[in-house]
Amino acid sequence: MVVAQASEAAVDRIFHALADGTRRDILALAVEGTYSVSALAKRYPMSFAAVQKHVAVLEGAGLITKEQRGRERLVHADVDTVQRARMILNGIEELWRGRVDRIDDLLATEKRTTGGRR
Amino acid sequence: MSVTSVAKDPESLTMTVTVDLDATAERAWQLWADPRQFEQWWGPPGYPVTVVDHDLRAGGRIAFVMAGPEGERHDSTWDVVAADPPRYLELRDADVDDDGRPNDGNAMTAFIITFDERAGGGVVMAIRTHFDSLAGMEMVLASGVEEGMRMVLSQIDAVLAGAPA
Repeated sequence: MVVAQASEAAVDRIFHALADGTRRDILALAVEGTYSVSALAKRYPMSFAAVQKHVAVLEGAGLITKEQRGRERLVHADVDTVQRARMILNGIEELWRGRVDRIDDLLATEKRTTGGRR
Repeated sequence: MSVTSVAKDPESLTMTVTVDLDATAERAWQLWADPRQFEQWWGPPGYPVTVVDHDLRAGGRIAFVMAGPEGERHDSTWDVVAADPPRYLELRDADVDDDGRPNDGNAMTAFIITFDERAGGGVVMAIRTHFDSLAGMEMVLASGVEEGMRMVLSQIDAVLAGAPA
């Protein structure tokens, strides 16, 4: 089902993001404080572009957010907020699944009583 | 099952539910346009909905009450931002309370509903919901609506048990 695939993809992105040591390190730093992408880049023996790419993967998994402040891009860990939002959205999804089930029933009952599509 | 996809974006607090219905766009439109039909599907079992005001035209308003099993009462009022039957509908919580908040206590939720007839028959109804705050989203769930809360509670259990995010 499309839905299951979508949430599986989200979980895959999180696992993929956390599979790399540098990314786990960046996430740990971001949980403790606010770092700019350039400040992070200075800590690792790799190019700025490579660090930027790691940050983008973490961002794609919903583990951190980036904020433009002046000429700096600041990295925040937003795990709790994002996780909370994701759980709430899952709950609201259930509400809508219930609503759609009731719409299905409504349309099916009507077809039985009118003998065809309106 | 008619739900073909649910796209959730926790960062932008947006969710799009896409539904495939074996009906015409006109018929699907009536689910919103006919208050008696709307009453039958909006609330979960045990939460009867009564529409008290219903003017589905741009600039119009829709108001309804959902009663809960413990005798509680949830009022909702929406402004109709746009209505182009049977294709496009845009609704938004009306700020009707003294404090300028919607009377259901939720965030200023906005809905955009589109209806697209398939060439081979049937209609795709897409409901895009946007919340303006995380707290507002929680209120939607906390307003006595168990279908959603059960799901959230089981997820919280899983998180507390140490399952990956």
